[in-house]
Amino acid sequence: MTVLGLLIPVSLGLGLVGAAAFIWSVRAEQYDDLEGAAARILDEDDLPPDAREPRGEEPG
Amino acid sequence: MLDTRAGCCADGAVALAEAVDAPPGEPAVRLSLLVEGLRCGGCLATVERAAASVPGVLRARANLTERRLAVEVAKDGPDAEAVIAALAVAGYAARPLDRAALEALDRDAEGRGMLLRVGVAGFAAMNVMLLSVAIWAGAEGAMGRLLLLVSMVVSVPAVLWCGMPFFQSAWRALSARRLTMDVPISLAILLALGVSVHATLTGLGEGWFEAATALVFFLLAGRYLEHRAKRAARSAAVELAELRVATATRLVEDGREETVDVDALVPGDRVLVRPGERLPADGTVVDGSSDVDRALVTGEAVPETVRAGDDLLAGMTNLTAPLTVRLTAAGEDTYLAALARLVAAAEGGDGRTRRLADRAAAVYAPGVHVIAALATLAWLGAGAGWHTAILVGCATLIITCPCALGLAIPAVQTVAGGRLFRAGVYLKDGGALESLAEATVICFDKTGTLTEGRPALVDAPAAEDPAWGPAMALAAASSHPLAKALVAAGAERGLAVPPPAEASEEVGAGVEGTVDGRACRLGRPGWAGPDAIGEGAETTVWLSVDGEPRGAFRFRDRLRADAADVIAALAAAGCRPVLLSGDGPVPVRRVAEACGIAEAHAAMTPEAKRAFVERLRAAGETVAMVGDGYNDAPALAAADVALAPATAVGISEGQAGIVYAGAALGPVARARAIAVSARRRMVENLWASGAYNVIAVPVAVAGFATPIIAALAMSSSSLVVTVNALRLGAAGKGDAP
Repeated sequence: MTVLGLLIPVSLGLGLVGAAAFIWSVRAEQYDDLEGAAARILDEDDLPPDAREPRGEEPG
Repeated sequence: MLDTRAGCCADGAVALAEAVDAPPGEPAVRLSLLVEGLRCGGCLATVERAAASVPGVLRARANLTERRLAVEVAKDGPDAEAVIAALAVAGYAARPLDRAALEALDRDAEGRGMLLRVGVAGFAAMNVMLLSVAIWAGAEGAMGRLLLLVSMVVSVPAVLWCGMPFFQSAWRALSARRLTMDVPISLAILLALGVSVHATLTGLGEGWFEAATALVFFLLAGRYLEHRAKRAARSAAVELAELRVATATRLVEDGREETVDVDALVPGDRVLVRPGERLPADGTVVDGSSDVDRALVTGEAVPETVRAGDDLLAGMTNLTAPLTVRLTAAGEDTYLAALARLVAAAEGGDGRTRRLADRAAAVYAPGVHVIAALATLAWLGAGAGWHTAILVGCATLIITCPCALGLAIPAVQTVAGGRLFRAGVYLKDGGALESLAEATVICFDKTGTLTEGRPALVDAPAAEDPAWGPAMALAAASSHPLAKALVAAGAERGLAVPPPAEASEEVGAGVEGTVDGRACRLGRPGWAGPDAIGEGAETTVWLSVDGEPRGAFRFRDRLRADAADVIAALAAAGCRPVLLSGDGPVPVRRVAEACGIAEAHAAMTPEAKRAFVERLRAAGETVAMVGDGYNDAPALAAADVALAPATAVGISEGQAGIVYAGAALGPVARARAIAVSARRRMVENLWASGAYNVIAVPVAVAGFATPIIAALAMSSSSLVVTVNALRLGAAGKGDAP
C-alpha cells in the first residue's frame, strides 16, 4: 500500500497539469471568440495571432 | 443609416485616442473598433488584412462574436481614423468604441472568471471522484482516513472558490428576502462540505466531497452556458450612447466658431451643424433650412425638411445644408439621454416575465427545506440522537440539491439556439425563448420590419423614355434617399449611370441643375411638376425640363413578400398581431390591411409605443415586440421578448433577445414554432429533475442516503435532462437554412 504514497501525488500532479493547461488557454484568450475560431479553421491563409503581418494579396 | 454613421467616426476618434493612449514607455497603442457587417469567416480575413496593410499597424485581430477589431499600432503610428479609412476601402464601416463601450466589453472578465472556475471545479471533481471510488470499494481505517484527507485538501479550497458565484447570489437573494434556486444550492454545497470535513476530522459519518465538487462542476457548466448566451446581448446595449457626438461647433458672439466638448454645451448656446453631422443636443433652428433624418423619433427612413423655428433633437442627422441651432437642452436633459434612461429603466426593472426556473425555484426551495427540517424532527422524535438526526437532515438537503434543475433549462436553450441558427435566427438571450413561446400578443413596427424600410420605385416612365437621362443625372448629384433609390432603379433597368450634373439642392423641394444645356428640376410635385394629385401614401418625384413636366416617378415602401403569410401563421398559433407605427394613419392603415392586421396604431412616439406595451402587460398579456428603429428601443426593452432584424440599428439589435436574418419575416414564425417546442422540452426537463426526488427523498429521509447513491442519482438525472434537450436538436435536422 505504500505505492499509494506515490500514486496519489502522481494522479493529483497529472490533474494539476491539465488544470494548468486549461487556465493558460483561458488566459490566452482562446475562449473569447468561439465563433471566430470556428470560421478561421476554414481560412487557408490564417496565421497564428502573433504572426499576422501586412500582406498585399487577397485570398483566391 | 450606414452612411450617416460614417460621419460620426471622426468625432469619436478624438475620444478614443484619449481612452486607449498607452502609458509612457509602452511600445504599442491598442485601438478597439466596432466593425459593422463583420458576420462571417471571410470577413475576418479581409478585415484583418485591410487593417494590417496600414503602415505602422503591428497586429490586427478581429473578434467575430463581438464584431470587434483589436488593432495594435506602434507609438507615433497611425491613429484610429487611418485604420477606419482602410477598412472603408475594404467595404466595412467601423467606429471606434468609446470609453463606456470599452468598459462594457472588458466586463467579460466575468465570463473568463467563470470559465476558470469551471476548469478548476472539473479538475477537483475528477480527482476527488477517483479517490472516492476507492473509499466506496471498501477502503477503511487508516487508508480511508488518508483518502478522505487528500479529498479534503483538494475539495475545500476548490469548492469554496468555485462556488463563490452561487454563495454571493444566494446571499443577495436572502438579503432581499427572496428564495431563489441558489439558496438550496449553496446550502447543499456548504452542508456537504461541512459534514465531510467533520467526518474527516472526527472519523464519524461519511464524506461527501465528491458530491460537493461534482455539484459545483455541473452547476457551473450550466451557468456558463447561460452567461455565454446573454453576453452578446449585453455588449450591444451600450450602443445608444454612441449616437452622442463627442464635440460640437459652437458659435461665439463675434461670429467665430470654436470646437468644444459636448459636455461643455449649455442651453442657450448656438451651434453650427454641418451636413452629415449629428445634433449634439436638443434645440431650435434659428438659421438655415435642411433635410433632417428624424428616424430616431419616427422610425421613418424618408427625411423631413426643417426651417427656422423647428425643433430638433440630439442624435438626429442633418443631411443637406448647414443649420444654426439654439440649444434648449443639453447633456443629461436631452431627448437622447432620456431615451437611454427609458431603455435602461425598462431593462433593469423587474418587468420581464419570471423565468420557468425561477417559478420552479419558488416551489422547490421552500419544499426541500421543509422536508429536511421535518426529517430531522421526525428522527429526533423517534429517539435518535442529535448527531444522527442532523446528518439525516443534511443528507436530505444534499441529495435534493437541484443539480439537474440547473442544467434543465440552459441545455435546452443551447440546443434550441443551434436549431434557431439553422433557421436564420440568432438567439441572444435564452430567456427570450420562453417568453416567445408564451407570447399572446405580437407587436410589429411598420417601416423596416413589415416593410422593406427603403423606398422602391413602383411606377415610372418606360426605360426608353428620355426623362430617365436628366432624372438620373440630377439624382446622382443628391444624397437624398429618394434620389439614391432612383439611381439604383435606373441601373437595375440597364441604364448607364451618368456623371452627377452641375446641380444645387433646394431644401425640401428637390434638385435643380443644367443637363445638356437645359434647365432641369427633379423634385416634389408643385415644384417640378403639376400640383400634388391625390395625396396618398406614394411619394412622387417629378422631372421637369425648361419648366415642362416630363415624367413622374412614384416610390413606395414595399411590404415584405411573406409578411401576410407570417402574420396569418402567428395569428393561427394564438398570437394576436398589432401594428405600432410612428408614421401617419393613411400608410399605416394601408399596410395593416395588406398584411391582415386588425389592430393598428399610427403616429406613435417611442414613449407611446412603450406605454402601449406596458398597458398590454399590465392587462396580463405576454408581449412580443418586433422592431428595428431607434424609436422602437424603449418598446423593445419593455416587452417580454424583443425581436429585431439583423439590419436593425445597433440599439434595437442590442435590446432584442432574438435577432433574425432581415430579408424576410419568415424566421419570426419559425422562431415561435421552435420556441414552443423548446418550452415543452424545458417543462419536461423540470418534471424529470423533480421526479428523481420522488425516489431520492424517501431514501434520504429514511436515513439510507449514502454518498454513492447521491453520486449515481445526480449524474443520472443530469444525463436524462441533457439527452432530452438533445432530442430537440435531432427534431430540427430538416430546418431550412
